[in-house]
Amino acid sequence: MSRPARTITLTLLLAVAAVGVASAQPRYGIVRPTTEPPEPSVTLGAELYAANCSTCHGIAGAGIRRPRPGAGDLMGEGPPLRGVGALRADFYLRMGFMPLANPHEQPTRQRPELTDKEIRSLVVYVASLGPGPAIPHPNVRWSGDRLVGAGSLAYGLKLFTDHCAGCHQIVGRGGFVTGARVPPLQGLTPTEIAEAVRTGPYLMPRFTSRQITDRQLDSIIKYVLSTRAPVNHGGWGIGNLGPIPEGMVVWWIVVPLLIGLCTLVARRMRHP
Amino acid sequence: MRLWRWVLALAALLAHRRSSGSGGGPHDGRIVPEATPSPRAEVVVAILLLIAAAFAAGFVAAYGLLGAQRLPNELLGVCLGLSLLFVAAAFVVVAKRLVVTEELEEEYPVEHPEEQEAVARIVRESGSGFTRRRMLVGAGGLAAGALGLAAITPAVSLGPIWDTGPLDESPWRRGRRLVDENDKPMLASDIEPDTFYTAFPEGADKEFIGSSVVVVRLSPSSLRLPPGRRGWAPYGIVAYSKICTHAGCAIALYRKPLFPQVEPRPELVCPCHYSTFDPATGAAVTYGPAGRPLPQLPLMVDAAGYLRAAGNFSERVGPGWWNVRRPPTFVRTPS
Repeated sequence: MSRPARTITLTLLLAVAAVGVASAQPRYGIVRPTTEPPEPSVTLGAELYAANCSTCHGIAGAGIRRPRPGAGDLMGEGPPLRGVGALRADFYLRMGFMPLANPHEQPTRQRPELTDKEIRSLVVYVASLGPGPAIPHPNVRWSGDRLVGAGSLAYGLKLFTDHCAGCHQIVGRGGFVTGARVPPLQGLTPTEIAEAVRTGPYLMPRFTSRQITDRQLDSIIKYVLSTRAPVNHGGWGIGNLGPIPEGMVVWWIVVPLLIGLCTLVARRMRHP
Repeated sequence: MRLWRWVLALAALLAHRRSSGSGGGPHDGRIVPEATPSPRAEVVVAILLLIAAAFAAGFVAAYGLLGAQRLPNELLGVCLGLSLLFVAAAFVVVAKRLVVTEELEEEYPVEHPEEQEAVARIVRESGSGFTRRRMLVGAGGLAAGALGLAAITPAVSLGPIWDTGPLDESPWRRGRRLVDENDKPMLASDIEPDTFYTAFPEGADKEFIGSSVVVVRLSPSSLRLPPGRRGWAPYGIVAYSKICTHAGCAIALYRKPLFPQVEPRPELVCPCHYSTFDPATGAAVTYGPAGRPLPQLPLMVDAAGYLRAAGNFSERVGPGWWNVRRPPTFVRTPS
């Protein structure tokens, strides 16, 4: 073999080997201590944090402002967690937003990879990093298929229209804004809704209790929960997506039907 | 027009065939029989057209008399709709009672010079159901004229006949406090980062186009305001008109990143057409159809910590029109 040919062969072999190694790597998952205590604890939280969060959020929640290579081939980069409190930690972990595979992606809702015990431990740990807001306790809950507790549905609709519907759509079905996807709100628990309002995840503005009081928040939660099964006066809700699908139904279904009807009438008149 | 000729030709042929088929010649040398005059139908048509003209005039009057305060949309719609309805009714009566109609039953085979002549005669002779042509033409002209006038009436809103001064009025003056929707004055310390507030001038009409502003707090080091706006943003608090410069919707969205390093930077967004403005650079347009930045309101903080306007907007408020880039005058304040 000549020298260039040998170089090319070697390069190819190396490339194939590299691909093999890359695909053989385990999917980025949760790294756990070998033995977990039976109850949630700050210690377990600290261990989980060091193994799964510190690549992006830095040592003890100091944050990493300039990208830095970390575990799992990640370029670690993330906001500090001191002072975010139990509220944001609980929200981001319960929604399955964290751990995030790529810091430049919008976190999307998925089943959390951490167990409930691990989440509690991490929340306690993150809350211990600095003073921050606690997990809210809204006064709205389901009782069977009925909503009970404080708050008024009608007032909730008004507040939702004023503060939320611009992005989340009036029936909370979500959509798009420039630079981000807006998630639908069905399937959230009252606590998660309250946490989202107080956190302002990703590009959403944060609403403080000065802007939306806890009482008002109860009403908003009541309305958001009611959008799981909205009342469709007139029958067909068309996914409750608003004027665009409704217009499509009009132009693609109703208008052809009307044209057909007109044609039929005209034919009958011509050949009675 | 060609189609219309064909229709006439077909009608002529038909009439010819019918008359020849019945055995008798053309009535008194006519192809089209003399229509029976119906003066009552003509009067009805004239009345309908006059009513249509009256409603169209009502549109013009409503626009001219009431539009200066608040456009009476329902009244305008009813006037225009009824006017068109009465014109349509007049046409129906004309079609049913006054115009001789022929129905086509067979295809026209080939063109013939005699039939062309017949067409010309039909055109000459038809329409003889009218006996008071001048009255009907007059009423029709009146209705058409009034409708046309109604159609161009909204153009007076462009000025200078109408007073467009209210568009330039601004309730903001140096020293006026910012209040929230419950008329509570806003403290500078109330304005937190990562969220946005809607503020109004103290004691002014909140519905007024120049009233509402959106207030956000940014870190002072991130501000890149245009030259000449030093000191407009105390503690990094900036205020912009809430009315989008594209189509006049309310700037109802504040896109605020939790971690600005990897997420898009904070921006004000209009939900109607996604015009996006960067509050750190004087609300320059970064995306969407808006053609100019949001007007900025200079702010100051008084000794008690309340936010006050330090002057008037940097530009004219509201959606674009051709003179919008003129410097604002703001000489008047609404009563």
